[in-house]
Amino acid sequence: MKRELLSVAIGAAASLLVASSAVAGTLDDVKKKGFLQCGVSQGLIGFSVADEQNNWTGLDVDFCRAIASAIFNDPKAVKFTPLSAKERFTALQSGEIDVLSRNTTWTMSRDTSLGLKFAGVMYYDGQGFMVNPAALKQKTGVDVKSAADLNGASVCTQTGTTTELNLADYFRSKNMTYEVVAFEKNEEVLKAYQEGRCDAYTTDQSGLYAEKLKLPDPAAHVVLPEIISKEPLGPLVRQGDDAWFNIVKWTYFALLNAEELGVTQANVEEQKSSTNPEVKRLLGGEGDFGKGVGLENDWVVRIVKGTGNYGEIFERNVGESSNLKIARGKNALWNKGGLQYAPPVR
Amino acid sequence: MSAVTQGQAAPRSSIFNDPKFRSTAIQVLLVLAIGWFAWRIVHNTQINLHNRNISSGFQFLWSTAGFGVNQALISYSETSSYGRALLVGLLNTLLVAGVGILFATLLGFTLGIMRLSRNWLVAKVAEIYVEIVRNIPLLLQIFVWYATVLKPLPAPARAPQIGLPWPGGGFIIMAAVLGGGAWLLRGLYQRTQSVVMRVVATLLLFFAAWTAIGVVREFGLSTINFVPLGIFLSNRGIMFPRPIFGESMWIELAALVVGIVLALGVARWARRRQEQTGQQFPTLWVSLGLILGLPLIVFLTAGAGATFEFPELKGFNFRGGMTLIPEFLALVIALSTYTASFIAEIVRAGIQAVSHGQTEAAHALGVRPGVTLRLVVIPQAMRVIIPPLASQYLNLTKNSSLAVAIGYPDLVAMGGTVLNQTGQAIEIIAIWMVVYLSLSLMTSAFMNWFNSRMRLVER
Repeated sequence: MKRELLSVAIGAAASLLVASSAVAGTLDDVKKKGFLQCGVSQGLIGFSVADEQNNWTGLDVDFCRAIASAIFNDPKAVKFTPLSAKERFTALQSGEIDVLSRNTTWTMSRDTSLGLKFAGVMYYDGQGFMVNPAALKQKTGVDVKSAADLNGASVCTQTGTTTELNLADYFRSKNMTYEVVAFEKNEEVLKAYQEGRCDAYTTDQSGLYAEKLKLPDPAAHVVLPEIISKEPLGPLVRQGDDAWFNIVKWTYFALLNAEELGVTQANVEEQKSSTNPEVKRLLGGEGDFGKGVGLENDWVVRIVKGTGNYGEIFERNVGESSNLKIARGKNALWNKGGLQYAPPVR
Repeated sequence: MSAVTQGQAAPRSSIFNDPKFRSTAIQVLLVLAIGWFAWRIVHNTQINLHNRNISSGFQFLWSTAGFGVNQALISYSETSSYGRALLVGLLNTLLVAGVGILFATLLGFTLGIMRLSRNWLVAKVAEIYVEIVRNIPLLLQIFVWYATVLKPLPAPARAPQIGLPWPGGGFIIMAAVLGGGAWLLRGLYQRTQSVVMRVVATLLLFFAAWTAIGVVREFGLSTINFVPLGIFLSNRGIMFPRPIFGESMWIELAALVVGIVLALGVARWARRRQEQTGQQFPTLWVSLGLILGLPLIVFLTAGAGATFEFPELKGFNFRGGMTLIPEFLALVIALSTYTASFIAEIVRAGIQAVSHGQTEAAHALGVRPGVTLRLVVIPQAMRVIIPPLASQYLNLTKNSSLAVAIGYPDLVAMGGTVLNQTGQAIEIIAIWMVVYLSLSLMTSAFMNWFNSRMRLVER
């Protein structure tokens, strides 16, 4: 905790001292360093977790690897900075990291008053509640089937997130009372929930599924059907460096376009010789689209070789082939009933 | 002869060689340089923040916070402002620091004196406590206490109610018979040496006891009644009734104030009398009688000044009444037990700093050990104890910022939430620094004042 305070303080101090010229030229800085500095969460299954050898995996992690692949043709040219919810924006503002890919909700105030910019929505999420219905029924006699049954409940959550605000809004609008217990770290929230300090655990639904796996008895816990908020989670960059913003934004679009056109990690080499003009443009066979964002023309080939397309990243980290088993739902492509939509490469 | 010629006679030298001028000039220059440096930092920050489109300033303090909190000493809701949210956090910090300082002091002094006890066991217990507690990191202790407070406590629905044991009718009869009999027996034993009489009396007592038990059985009176107090213990905290003050409350409060004033007057008078005549006066009992007795008389004549709102179990949790959240309990216990181990060492050092001749002189005058400690040793030891004690109080206050780890909404926790909602890191960190700095300065100012009062007065 002290360390986090320190790094917030250092970040703040750094933002005093670093000259404003550091804003421009992130791509040059990254190229000079030889790696991408990427801010991720301190451990959220499916989004960013490190194993014992400090190998990071997850959806947010893979997005950073995709950017690194586009620049260096090497998905491993990334260094990760685990950040708490509280530290994340300061770390990006101060230049400590180049991109923040840390399941961060896109909100208006964050987009307009922090000097930061959201580059896309990697994951469409919404806030939900997790309870242990059998235990609650036994202890309180209340049969919890939906969030509307939570009147008077104690709810555990993580401090410094939009979650706290949504929670307050939801209970207020339903005229229900609640007690919020807000902890600094996810592990503490989970521990308090486990020990019965709270009746319910609230965070983004993806987070709930991830945290559920850490419980000793995951099957006993149920994520309630209500989604009480819109939580579009996406990567951020600093304002004022449009070239860098374009790279991050178009890396995201490239992942989507690759999935839409059926370009996968396995078939990308064959697809290079495809006759489909759309695939040709995407993979650099036609036009100078890569040069347009300041990269090489085969930038998408590099990305897909490094991490696979959006669908592959999703399946691997949070989808059916992962422990989380989250359905694509809103995160399916636009032509498959979802919200993921990328402008064409043209 | 004239003043003019005298003035002309004085040697004139360069003003730069004047030591007074030089030292003043250097100080002024230093202040100017520091001031310029500070201004540059502030100015530079403002420009950088502006260039990066990061909003700055303290206007956000007036906008709606929108998040809830589980312990607020002042009225607070989601529609309150960020400023009020920070104030709630500050008051929570002050509460936990104040209560923590009180308990740390009590426990620390007890342990410090225990460490000097001639009883081997008592001294060892205190020593082991000090060595273990002060050598384990505080954050770890906070987690352990939080787990120990939370783990054994039941859910609200199974929360036990705390009550007061109250002797019932049967119990009183039995106690009266047995007590009276024993008293009679003792008198008899003292008056007569006759074995026969003693045996008869003992048999009579047994008979009386038998009768008493029979009476109790016959009337079926329970021996001890249980008076519920409306206090509940659960893993949501300690719930207790909230007093709602009525009209006659102010008379009772006035009686309490009058009692305290009278007690202070009595204490002064008694001290002066003792200084003049050497006669002692039972100040403690008279003061207690005044402070507790006067409001009690008013209470009995004017009736209760307050009604109570009792906590009631409804669904998930208790409604109504007041709650001490477990996070608060854990934090107070952890902070006070941790700081007490340092205070114990300070107290021990302070007492040992008092020359042993003082104790021996007091003993030679026939003063009992307890009184010697209270009137001779401790007052002298306080001079040594107070300055390091003050820094322990400061430490406790600053350590209370670890609260966020277990979800207690103190200033740092609330500030952290505000920081994240608004993104105004520099402003929030400035507020944190100013608040903790002023808390520390106020504490040390108070302790300095207290220290100057306790200083050795030389006669």
